[in-house]
Amino acid sequence: MSRRRVDPPGSALVRLRTASRRLLWSLLRPHRRALLLAVMLLLAQNLAGMAGPYLIKIGIDQGIPALTGSGRDATVLAVTAGLFALASAIEYAGKRGFMLLYGRIGQSALLDLRQRVFDHFQRLSMSFHERYTSGRMVSRLTSDMDSIAELTDGGLNELVVAALSVVSVAGVLLWLDPPLAAVTMLSFPFLLVLSRWFQLASARAYRRTRETVARLIVHFVESLDGIRAVQAFRREGRNEQIFEGANEDYRRANLTALRSIAILSPGIMLIGNVTLAVVLTYGGYRVLHGQLEIGVLTAFLLYLRRFFDPMQQLSQFYNSLQSATAALEKLADVLGRRPGVPEPPRPVALPRHRARGQLRLDNVQFGYRADQLILPALDLVVPAGQTLALVGTTGGGKTTIARLIARFYDPLDGAVSIDGVDLRHLSERDLRRSIVMVTQENYLFAGTIADNIRFGRPSASLDEIAQAAKAIGAATFIDALPDAYRTRVHRRGGRLSAGQRQLVAFARAFLADPAVLILDEATSSLDIPSERLVQRALRTIMSDRTAVVIAHRLSTVEIADRVLVLDRGRIVEDGRPTDLVAAGGRYADLHRQWLNSLG
Amino acid sequence: MGWMLALAFGATAALIAVPLVIRHLVDGPVRQREPGAIPALGALVLAFGVTEALLVFFRRWMQTASALGMETAIRHDLYRHLQRLPVAFHDQWPSGQLLSRATSDLAVLRRFLSFGLIFGIVNTTTYIAVIVLLLRLHWPLGLAVAVSAVPIIVVSKRVFSQYLTAARRMQDLQGELATLVESAAQGIRVIKAFGRHQHIGRQFAANARDLHDTAMAKTRVLASCWSKLDLIPNLTLGLMLAVGAIEVAGGRLTVGGLVAFVALQTALLWPVQSIGWIIANGQEAMTAADRVYEVLDVRPAITDRRTARAVDPATVRGRVRFERVGFAYPSAGSSPRSAVLSEVSLDIAPGETVAIVGATGSGKTSLVSLLPRTHDPTTGRVTIDDRDIRDYTLDSLRSIVGVAFEEPTLFSMSVRENLALGCHGTSHSALAEAIDIAQAGFVYDLPQGLDTRIGEQGHSLSGGQRQRLALARAVLGRPRVLVLDDPLSALDVHTEALVETALAAALRDTTAIIVVHRPSTIALAGRVALLMDGTITAVGTHSHLMATIPAYRAVLSATVGTEEAR
Repeated sequence: MSRRRVDPPGSALVRLRTASRRLLWSLLRPHRRALLLAVMLLLAQNLAGMAGPYLIKIGIDQGIPALTGSGRDATVLAVTAGLFALASAIEYAGKRGFMLLYGRIGQSALLDLRQRVFDHFQRLSMSFHERYTSGRMVSRLTSDMDSIAELTDGGLNELVVAALSVVSVAGVLLWLDPPLAAVTMLSFPFLLVLSRWFQLASARAYRRTRETVARLIVHFVESLDGIRAVQAFRREGRNEQIFEGANEDYRRANLTALRSIAILSPGIMLIGNVTLAVVLTYGGYRVLHGQLEIGVLTAFLLYLRRFFDPMQQLSQFYNSLQSATAALEKLADVLGRRPGVPEPPRPVALPRHRARGQLRLDNVQFGYRADQLILPALDLVVPAGQTLALVGTTGGGKTTIARLIARFYDPLDGAVSIDGVDLRHLSERDLRRSIVMVTQENYLFAGTIADNIRFGRPSASLDEIAQAAKAIGAATFIDALPDAYRTRVHRRGGRLSAGQRQLVAFARAFLADPAVLILDEATSSLDIPSERLVQRALRTIMSDRTAVVIAHRLSTVEIADRVLVLDRGRIVEDGRPTDLVAAGGRYADLHRQWLNSLG
Repeated sequence: MGWMLALAFGATAALIAVPLVIRHLVDGPVRQREPGAIPALGALVLAFGVTEALLVFFRRWMQTASALGMETAIRHDLYRHLQRLPVAFHDQWPSGQLLSRATSDLAVLRRFLSFGLIFGIVNTTTYIAVIVLLLRLHWPLGLAVAVSAVPIIVVSKRVFSQYLTAARRMQDLQGELATLVESAAQGIRVIKAFGRHQHIGRQFAANARDLHDTAMAKTRVLASCWSKLDLIPNLTLGLMLAVGAIEVAGGRLTVGGLVAFVALQTALLWPVQSIGWIIANGQEAMTAADRVYEVLDVRPAITDRRTARAVDPATVRGRVRFERVGFAYPSAGSSPRSAVLSEVSLDIAPGETVAIVGATGSGKTSLVSLLPRTHDPTTGRVTIDDRDIRDYTLDSLRSIVGVAFEEPTLFSMSVRENLALGCHGTSHSALAEAIDIAQAGFVYDLPQGLDTRIGEQGHSLSGGQRQRLALARAVLGRPRVLVLDDPLSALDVHTEALVETALAAALRDTTAIIVVHRPSTIALAGRVALLMDGTITAVGTHSHLMATIPAYRAVLSATVGTEEAR
């Protein structure tokens, strides 16, 4: 272990590398049989390739004398040539088979890795995503994957070929002529030192390229997604400066990495060439003194090429490997994070097939940071079917309560339950089928409007989608679009206004048909006619399910059965809206202000 | 480039020289038993070997820098270009597709520039040089080697056509995957809220599977080609050996000649084997360059006219006129261009505040987006102080016009930077004033005050807070013309009233166009324009329109709504 500790900064890095190595192995494990077969094909290819120079030696040392000799015997030469052709054919078949097999292994491992990382990202909690940022997630799943993919283009073959060459060529050389072989092996220590240096230098450099490229990607994606604001506020110049900085950092990191390979590769060549010169001179003397056949020397020189050329290619592979390892480290780090809001190993089923929707918060304590409690201790029971409105100033804890009920976060203490089952014991499937939250964010995915509504229930037919849109009052504007439900939208929304997107988001939630519906400021960007439509629809939608509504427009609150007024995480008023207005407390104040604002 | 080639050729020459020296050694000192010449010839081999390694080192060292420099420069150009392309372009291009061009494709290009291109030239030249040498050594054998080029060309040609389609498809798929990843990352809240991991995971899987299949198709082409390119020179070598042996036996070739011949032929192995790799590399680079230029060749539709002039914002009075303006979004695919605005005329006096009211989809946002030239009108024109806004430089126009969008876009940087954006040297008092107007005093309570980094999309802020920051950004620097697109929708009634009071005072001598959804915000405006289906159908005061235009009442009156809803 201590022998492996190569990086001074210490154990964290070592752990990272162990994790990335473990990840690599877990990806290759399912393919170990195929991998073995691939290595065997490779061995066949290389043994056949190796036979070449030896056959040439026989051709020169025995075939030619036999031919020039008295018998003019061409058999030796013919057999040698035939064997040579056979060896070539085996080499061809071995190479082709290997490439196909290896490509298949590499590509399916890559597919597996992609999916694993993607799924894991999806499982990680909101608090993780808020810190990690989408740009870095994109970077992990694109650029990092690219550098791992490079490994599948070419790779293992060089490694195996080189290992094979070193061992077998050394063996053949020893067998051909031990003294010459000994001279050749003098080069080994030099090779070892050189590659060790490279390992250290490039690992550091490639780690840095992964970090710098992530920064570049984050800035790139963010500034293009916000291009409206960038252009309207003439941010282009400053952005360009920032991008140039990130671009330059990335260039430098890459330069350091690529320069280490620019030293390694000619370095190996130098060692090889010096060895060649020494072998040639020494071998020449030995031939001269009759200690060595000319054919042997020729074969020796050819073998030397077979020895150092793969090393050359190995250095390329080594380079890709170092780059991929740096990427694997980043991915292993992501895969190593445990979801903050984990799914239970053995989920509890809801009492009935479909949730009724009774919500209960018992002594719930929560804060995004441990030193800042948003909810000190909240107790709340929402009977099934009730429409509950949360009202209060910013920082009162309305959104936090909504997020806890939707299980975006888990409470620090206490429990949130539906129909008597703690949310932490529910399967993801049951939880999400029962509770759905709509926020003002109304994100639309790249795809058609129908796709976006279908997101609420992937099995829904086009007819059901149209019905959901109709129920929510979105059908009118959708039908007016050039391609109606097949109109393509994406994040920036294209042509849709914020209100229209909000209507799509509502239709999505309507289609999902949950037992508990949470609306967090979901109506704020609607204009009055749309809100009127939605209001009417909401009445129908909420009549047979539990609803938790946060809205500063009291028109939405007025349809609630019950209103909670929150202040710093505590309930200060609780009752029917009409009762609260009559009681003349805070809610009554808000209500008056609101009526005034209607003008 | 010239340098690189010179170095590469030097290295190759050194590589080829070695077998010739070996021939001398074998046929000379070894044959003739003259040990004296061996050290000199050995030293010569050593010299050539060291030279080769040194030249390769210099080439790679320099080439790394130049290829990287090129990659970095193109990436920079690409980014600068993208920032200048209008919103209409970005509406059609997902940023994932652009990202894959700026990273994956440029890396492919760099690899081609640093290896493929050079080796393509060097190896072809080496190949020809060696064949010429072989022909001179022994022409029948040399000819046999030369003829072996024919099957090599045939194989290479086949790769050429098959590989190209696969490579292009692969790169496009990578872009699609990046887009999907991006939307999965940014829409994570919605995905979680609906528990749609598996749904989106399946989409990802299908996409990744496509990528896998395409990669396998590429592999198949390469496996077939590379193995053949191994086979052909090997068979040639075998043939040469047989014929060579006969020639030696017949005394027409020396043993040293044959050895040199074999050694030279092995020098051909790599150039031939590398052909497949170089072709693949070259084609990937071609498609990558195509994809990059596909974007770089898009001419920015919204640019400075040649007649455009910069103006000092202080001299602008702020009279805004829409003159028979029509607008249609560029058609996407098959759907016809449908007009969003037609014949819109509106005259706004300096310092006046006008509200735009209209139902969802009536074209309000499109109308106001014409002012900062986020889009250009298709017909008619928009003027400020009687000058077409296209005759102002973009930079000065956008310094005259301040905007707050329907959806507040915040970047992951400090509050201060988010407010200032492109405004250089914003004074502390100007910032404080803008924050004041927008009632965004909460920023002072953030952990590091104005220097607090607000998360991606301002995740840690509430919708109302984000909107107030966007408003503060718009009023910062007191633009002459202010465009506010439903800027207060996410504020609670109390805060909205405070913002309105502050805004009313600030707007006293600013020309303002405000898209309004609620009667509460109307108080800011002297006049209201009613937009219906892309045309202005009525202009007047709020009370007048309320009294006379039923359509206006339907759009704006909340009481009608609540009564109906009951």
